[in-house]
Amino acid sequence: MLSRVADSLYWMSRYLERAENVARFIDVNYHMCLDIPDAGPDQWSPLINASGDMEDFSRRYGEFSRENVVHFLTLDMENPNSIYSCLMMARENARWIRQFITLEMWEHLNGFYLMMKESSKKPTESVAGHEFFMTVMTSCQLFLGILDGTMSRGEGWHFCRLGRMLERADKTSRMLDVKYFHLLPEVSYVGTPYDDILWASVLRSMSALEMYRKRYHQISPSQVVEFLVLDRSFPRAIHHCIMMADISLRAISGTPTATFHNKAEQRLGKLLAELDYSNIEEILECGLHELLDGLQKKLNALGNAISETFFAIQPFKVAGGRSNTQ
Amino acid sequence: MVDGFNNYELEGFFDEMLDNSLEARPSALALLEKLDELNWDELKRRQSAAEKALLQAGITFNVYGADGGTERIFPFDIIPRIISAEDWKQIESGLKQRVHALNLFIDDIYHEQRIVKEKVVPEEILKSAGSFREQCVGINPPRGIWCHITGTDLVRDADGRFYVLEDNLRCPSGVSYVLENRQVMKRTFPQVFESSGVRPVSDYSSHLHQTLEYLAPDSVHAPTVGVLTPGIYNSAYFEHSFLAKQMGVDLVEGRDLIVDDGWVMMRTTKGFERVDVLYRRIDDDFIDPRVFRKDSMLGVPGLMEAYRRGRVALANGPGTGVADDKVIYAYVPKIIEFYLGEEAILPNVPTYICWDEKERGYVLDNLDKLVVKAANESGGYGMLVGPHASEAEREEFAGKIKAQPRNYIAQPTLALSRVPTIVGDHFEGRHVDLRPYILYGEDIYVMPGGLTRVALKKGSLVVNSSQGGGSKDTWVLSN
Repeated sequence: MLSRVADSLYWMSRYLERAENVARFIDVNYHMCLDIPDAGPDQWSPLINASGDMEDFSRRYGEFSRENVVHFLTLDMENPNSIYSCLMMARENARWIRQFITLEMWEHLNGFYLMMKESSKKPTESVAGHEFFMTVMTSCQLFLGILDGTMSRGEGWHFCRLGRMLERADKTSRMLDVKYFHLLPEVSYVGTPYDDILWASVLRSMSALEMYRKRYHQISPSQVVEFLVLDRSFPRAIHHCIMMADISLRAISGTPTATFHNKAEQRLGKLLAELDYSNIEEILECGLHELLDGLQKKLNALGNAISETFFAIQPFKVAGGRSNTQ
Repeated sequence: MVDGFNNYELEGFFDEMLDNSLEARPSALALLEKLDELNWDELKRRQSAAEKALLQAGITFNVYGADGGTERIFPFDIIPRIISAEDWKQIESGLKQRVHALNLFIDDIYHEQRIVKEKVVPEEILKSAGSFREQCVGINPPRGIWCHITGTDLVRDADGRFYVLEDNLRCPSGVSYVLENRQVMKRTFPQVFESSGVRPVSDYSSHLHQTLEYLAPDSVHAPTVGVLTPGIYNSAYFEHSFLAKQMGVDLVEGRDLIVDDGWVMMRTTKGFERVDVLYRRIDDDFIDPRVFRKDSMLGVPGLMEAYRRGRVALANGPGTGVADDKVIYAYVPKIIEFYLGEEAILPNVPTYICWDEKERGYVLDNLDKLVVKAANESGGYGMLVGPHASEAEREEFAGKIKAQPRNYIAQPTLALSRVPTIVGDHFEGRHVDLRPYILYGEDIYVMPGGLTRVALKKGSLVVNSSQGGGSKDTWVLSN
């Protein structure tokens, strides 16, 4: 497979996964605020924190009002990680490789983009409600369904899954990191109904509430962490994502499990082993933030290694001089 | 429905659907019967459904210079242009003959130049053709074929005859619209297809793939074919990716390819892989910076050397543009006679060569009646439509012709035939041309159909998409 095609498949998937996560984060946060009296800027700043774009936001907006945060994360074209920007980049990548992806994938993604382009012409306040975020999420999920239903399980499909899984692991870890830090000091909520509401919203941010309840029934912070970091079968748990990424990477290269031929395999293998042999007690003892922070750094390094190993060409320049970025 | 034809006027033009007494031509009977059953709202609904389908499918062309609004759909009208089996027979044999002769011509002028020695085509004309490529002299392309894919522009004049207006042997585009338009039309008028006997066009990509595979060296059993595109910002990018997808081959850009040890290789996730045949959609000038334009960022350094050594096949071969030159065009009937000893089946439009002193005099005296074209331009640029131009514009062109006579030709203003087209709440005749596609591989194949371009502006004769043109589906009937 052409390196450039693999690169675009990988990034197309990452951008769509990113758009879906951002939409869910906002939607869940919005609903959570309705349950909390006097929910102010404190409830919206974690979203910016989790996006990793604090500097850009502070410079251009300043105040963490709901309106500012929602606009920044949805339709702001200057924010490369807004839903609209992600969708535009996913579609640009798809357009580069239109001959490779299936017609159904392209038509869906293009229709999704055209819809978003229409929305972007209206004021954010009138567009970005629950229905909008639901549409973004289901459109992303529908794309995944079409991908799975129309594309052969070859190298291309595995590059898509590799990108998707790494993006998802990154998003889960960022959200958990920020929320855990944000929620724990709120001692006044401990033992109140809000405690439950707040932790439930963390799970909802990862579509994890129902699966969590089946497994643990009651909500407790340490079990939430255990579920989102270490669960092997929940599709948004970090451990699961890394397992799937490893399978796809090895399907691409043909290298047997637990051995490596390049930096990408080495880094991913190490990360997987670390998660394979962790438990929640150890994680909490060493500090969740330390673990998650380290994990994000490792994911970044892994992304670079994948790029060096398989794509190895200059990043694309598109309109406005933007290129694919982690 | 028929009320859409109330007040329909022929205005002295040949109408592709109706005869001079406004009766349906036999080829259009089935369609007109169907239109009779529909009311106007239903017809408009089908028109907008077709447009929506084209937009959703992203069947767009890129417009340079604009930001955000860089993709547009090619305007499409759902009333097809229908060609009878009898008319098609003549077109098909005429095109085969023409492409056969042009290929012999190209091969000759890059080798012995017999046609110049025997003074059929003046040496001066050939030497001054901007598209003659010195670098291609002596090259022997695989199987002796230079022009594998040709798109010839035909028009029908008021006398009902088809004429060749232009030859396009470089990188003719538009075939993807033919294939997509047909897909949309099958959804728009499904029953009419059954009753009319419209010949299918969807196997074009199989023919194209066969043509390309035929060019690979005999020693290669499963040749690797690729479509070489300038990239996403090229106006025909949609078509490049469309054709690659239809053939199931890689779409490559210059930066995906390198020439290593004389072989053309593409960069893949598993290392470098050899490429045997490239359907290149990059102009000669940009294809290899070592041989043509040094500043080209789109091409592949060393590609021409690999081509010259027979290690990669290029379709079309570099250098074929010489046959597109509008002055050379005027000689095509003589070219056909010279190489094949036959009379041209499809006539040329009468053409005055401004390089010739006598003809130039006639052109300058009759600018208000003629269409003047630059010899090396395409896409409707660099053109004067005398009867529609102002006095000042004609003056300007007269100056240009005198300054560079070799660069201009003139033709009588043709009364291009018309096809009923949806305009608001009724039909009006709009002028059309026709671009069929011809493939030259093991034998010569003419796709039964082609791109019908339509000048959507009232009275306009310019059908190019850059100048307000749209397209229609072209139905070639089987009997």
